[in-house]
Amino acid sequence: MTTMLNVKDLRAYYGQVQALHGLNFSLNEGSLTTLLGANGAGKTTTLRAICNMVRSTGAIEFEGKPIGTRSTENVVRLGIAHVPQGRGTFTNMTVEENLQLGAISRADKKAIGGDIERMYEHFPVLKQRYTQQAGTLSGGEQQMLAVARALMLRPRLMLLDEPSFGLAPLIVRDLFRILGKINREEKVTILVVEQNAQLALELADQAYVIETGRIVMSGNAKDIANNEDVRKSYLGY
Amino acid sequence: MELFANQVLAGIATGAIYACMALAVVMIYQAIDHLNFAQGEMAMFSTFVSWQLMQWGVPYWGAFVLTVAFSFAAGIVIERLLFKPLAKAPILTNVAGFIALYAIINSVAGLIWDFTIKQYPTPFGSSPFLGSQLISTHQAGMIGITLLMLLLLFFFFRFTRVGLAMRAAASLPESARLVGINTSWMIALGWGMASAIGSIAGMMIAPVVFLEPNMMLGVLIYGFAAAVLGGLSSPFGAVMGGFLVGVFENLVGTYIPGVGNELKLPIALALIIVVLVVKPAGLFGRAIVKRV
Repeated sequence: MTTMLNVKDLRAYYGQVQALHGLNFSLNEGSLTTLLGANGAGKTTTLRAICNMVRSTGAIEFEGKPIGTRSTENVVRLGIAHVPQGRGTFTNMTVEENLQLGAISRADKKAIGGDIERMYEHFPVLKQRYTQQAGTLSGGEQQMLAVARALMLRPRLMLLDEPSFGLAPLIVRDLFRILGKINREEKVTILVVEQNAQLALELADQAYVIETGRIVMSGNAKDIANNEDVRKSYLGY
Repeated sequence: MELFANQVLAGIATGAIYACMALAVVMIYQAIDHLNFAQGEMAMFSTFVSWQLMQWGVPYWGAFVLTVAFSFAAGIVIERLLFKPLAKAPILTNVAGFIALYAIINSVAGLIWDFTIKQYPTPFGSSPFLGSQLISTHQAGMIGITLLMLLLLFFFFRFTRVGLAMRAAASLPESARLVGINTSWMIALGWGMASAIGSIAGMMIAPVVFLEPNMMLGVLIYGFAAAVLGGLSSPFGAVMGGFLVGVFENLVGTYIPGVGNELKLPIALALIIVVLVVKPAGLFGRAIVKRV
C-alpha cells in the first residue's frame, strides 16, 4: 500500500503558544483514518497545519512532494479538500454557487456540470434546494453541502473537521454512511477528526489518538476501539 | 411640475456618477475593510490621462478605452505596491496610507498638468435630449454609460467564474482559500476594477465640474454619502444610494430656501451622519456582527 500523506515532527504555534509537539503520522492511499482526541488536544490544528493555515514546522509530504511551504490555496489545488470546523459555507450564496465554488480551481470546466449532478445523487436534499441561499439550510443540510463542495474539487484526499458537530444522531449516521461510500466508490482518501469516537471508529480502518499535541496511540480502528484506555476515555463504557 | 421633473432627472444623472464612486468605494471596502479616501484622486488622475491622450490626438472613445485599461492596471499596481504590504497592519496605518496616496496623486497631477481649470469634452453634446428641455444629451449619456457599466458588472459577478471567486473571497476569505482561490489576487483585481469604474465616473463628470486636480473632492464625498446610505456591505445598495443622493441633493438645493449651491456639500455630510446614527448598516446593508 502506498503512503499518501506523511507527516513528520509537526509542530504548530498560535503566537507564543505551541499547540502541536512533534506529530508523526501517515495515511495510506484509499484509507479512511480517524484522528480522535478531547477538546484542545490539537485535532483541528493538525488539519489546519496540513493546509498551512497555522504557523508550523516539520515535514509534510503529499504523494511524495513536500507541501509545507505552499500557500493554503496551492495545497488545495493539489487535490486536498478541507471541510473546516463550522463548515465554512458561503451563506449568502446559493447551494449551486457553493458547489460551483468547490470546483473553481479545476481546469476541466466541462466536467463540472456532471459532477454537480452526481452530488445531487449523493445528497438528494441539496437538489431540492439548489436555488436557495445556503444560509437558509439546516445544520445537517449545510454539512452535506460542505462535504459536497469539498468533493467538487475531485480531491485525492479529504480532511473533515468534526463533521458530526451539532447534528442530530440520525443525520450523523446518514452523513457517515455517505462518507464511507465516497471512500469506497470514489477512491478518496479520508482523514476525519472526531469527538464522536464510537461512530468514527466504526467507520474508519485506521485510527490515531491525540492528547495535548502528541500522538499517543495508533493502529487498526478495531484494535483501538477494543483498547481498554480508549474505551474508558473516549467511548465511555 | 416641470421644475420638479427637471431636478429629479438631473439628480439621476449626477447620481449615476455618485453611484460609480460609491460602487468603487464599496468594492474595495468589501475586499479589505477600509475606505479608500484616494478613490476620487485616482479617478481624477485617470481623467487627466484621458485628456492628455486627446491632446495627443487620440479620438474620444479611443482615449476612453485606453484610460479604463490604464486605470485598471494602475489600481492593481497600487494594491500590490502599497496596500498588500499593509494588509495585516492596524487600521490607522492603512488610513495614513490612503491619505498619503490622496496627497501624492493630487500633487503629482498638479505638477504635471497644473491647477488651472480645463474644459473637458463630451461625446454626447449638450443639446436638449430628444428635444426635451428636461435633460441634456450629456446627462442622458452619463446615465446610459453608467447603466451599461452596471449591467456588465452584474453579469460579470453573477455569471462568470472569476466573478464568483471574487465574491467568495470578499465574503469569506478563509473558505475561499480552502476551495483554492488566490484571495490576494482577487483583492488586487477588485482594486483594478474599482479604479476602472472610478475613471469612467471621472470622465463622465469632467464636462460638468471641469477638469482640475480637486475636481473629485465633492464627488467623492457624495460617493461616500451614497455608500453609507445604501450600506457599505452592499454593492447594489451603493448604486441605489448614489441615485438617491443625487436626487436628494438637487431637490434640497431647489426647494429648501437658503440651501442653494453653497450648502449642498454640508447636506451630503449631514446625510452621512444621520444615516450612521439612525441606521448604521444603511438601507440595503446587513448589520455586521463581530464575535468578540
